[in-house]
Amino acid sequence: MARPSLRSCLALTVLGLLVGCSGSSDTTVSVFAAASLSDAFTELEAAFEAEHPDIDVLVNLAGSSALAAQIVEGAPADVFASADEANMERVATLLDAPATIFATNRLQIVTEAGNPLGIETLDDLSDPSVLFVTSALDVPIGRYSADVLARANVDLRPVSFEESVKGIVTKVRAGEADAGIVYATDVIAAGSSVTGVDIADDFQVVARYPIARLTNREASTTFVDFVLSTRARSILDDFGFGAP
Amino acid sequence: MNRRTRTTRPPIGIVVLAALAVAFFTLPFAGLLWRAPWSDLVDVIREGAARQALWLSIQTSILATLVAVVIGVPLAWVLARIDFPFRNVVRALATLSMVLPPVVGGVALFFSFGRRGLFGQYLYDWFGIRLPFTTAGVVVAQAFVAMPFLVLTVESAFRQFDIRYEDVARSLGASRWYAFRRITLPSIRPAIIAGLVLAWARALGEFGATITFAGNLPGTTQTMPLATYIALESDPGAALILSIVLIVVSFGVLIGLRDRWLGNPHEVIRP
Repeated sequence: MARPSLRSCLALTVLGLLVGCSGSSDTTVSVFAAASLSDAFTELEAAFEAEHPDIDVLVNLAGSSALAAQIVEGAPADVFASADEANMERVATLLDAPATIFATNRLQIVTEAGNPLGIETLDDLSDPSVLFVTSALDVPIGRYSADVLARANVDLRPVSFEESVKGIVTKVRAGEADAGIVYATDVIAAGSSVTGVDIADDFQVVARYPIARLTNREASTTFVDFVLSTRARSILDDFGFGAP
Repeated sequence: MNRRTRTTRPPIGIVVLAALAVAFFTLPFAGLLWRAPWSDLVDVIREGAARQALWLSIQTSILATLVAVVIGVPLAWVLARIDFPFRNVVRALATLSMVLPPVVGGVALFFSFGRRGLFGQYLYDWFGIRLPFTTAGVVVAQAFVAMPFLVLTVESAFRQFDIRYEDVARSLGASRWYAFRRITLPSIRPAIIAGLVLAWARALGEFGATITFAGNLPGTTQTMPLATYIALESDPGAALILSIVLIVVSFGVLIGLRDRWLGNPHEVIRP
């Protein structure tokens, strides 16, 4: 009797794996959010779940372009919060309702803690000894960063094109790169481990964050409404995100 | 010949499970081939960025494998032959990067060999050597994650090798080095080749440690896996083509090397 029971155990295990990995229950909402929203959305998730104990929020954080690519490929997202409008546009045909801008962000130069090279302006970045990191142009921060530099008429040779804004912060924080251009919220999140340098208003680009639901489930609508609420607004404020 | 061929029926259960394994490995590639925009093949390859990344990948993975051989084979020998305190600890350390998430490996390299790292700061201050954002950094990252595959394979071969052959050679007047070179090395050659191939394949596919430690700059640190990942976000078609190029190159090398150097298994069942 031992052998058949082993066999059926095996079969059950395989079946269990197949079943266990698929399907989601009705009370979860899957939120795809831009990497720059990481900390704010972790907080928003906790606040939302406190208000709606019956709904479980699953946040998938990555570069907006990666998320858009995943959604286009059929990833099961209920809500998409992008760091730019271009990537929201890429999933436009899949949206269940039009996107709404829920937050804005400013750009800052990020340097090592204490700004040892004394970088004050965008021009200072063009010194050939400054190791400057940015992102690929398809990543929102790479696009914004290129826009800022174009406005200031500064031509740079980056040493690396990171896959998301977090990569830029990591390299600068570790002291391997001297500077990068990131969101003001990233500088706040990194605390004392980096120093932010303001960019002159003439060259500043405002990043606009749209949010939209991809499914017409009640949980999706509830979550989007929450992100647009005053409660969420004050949380976003805490993390340095501006009002739309 | 000691090669036995049996004609008994292979056990059906095992064959079914093996077929399941083959399907598991093959189906993803089928999906890849199915979705690839074949009409863009020539354009993507002609564009230059892909060739640049492939060429960089080939160069760095070969260099990383060489590094692994030069210091990994002696390490394997020491682990197999010399009894010293904490040998298990050293062995675990030498293979740690295999289980470490590569991104963590990359961060660890930062803090040790980066410009501000524990040792890297002296490399930078004294010799002006900076590894992050350089091709040398890519080789370091690849060797770091790939070497354990070589060390483990070769060490186990050294262990299985009957040391009496060496003793006999030496009793006949061979020097220690001569016996090692003419007796030991040839008999463990399949293991060394296997370890080489495993390490090379791991280096070629390296992504996490590379992008973390060396960054991503076309022509300098952007290897095929990085180029593929970056392209996946903007131009999935190009990413698929890049993957297929990488698959074709590695598949060719793996098949070529196995048949040529590893020989056939000694006992097979012919259905």
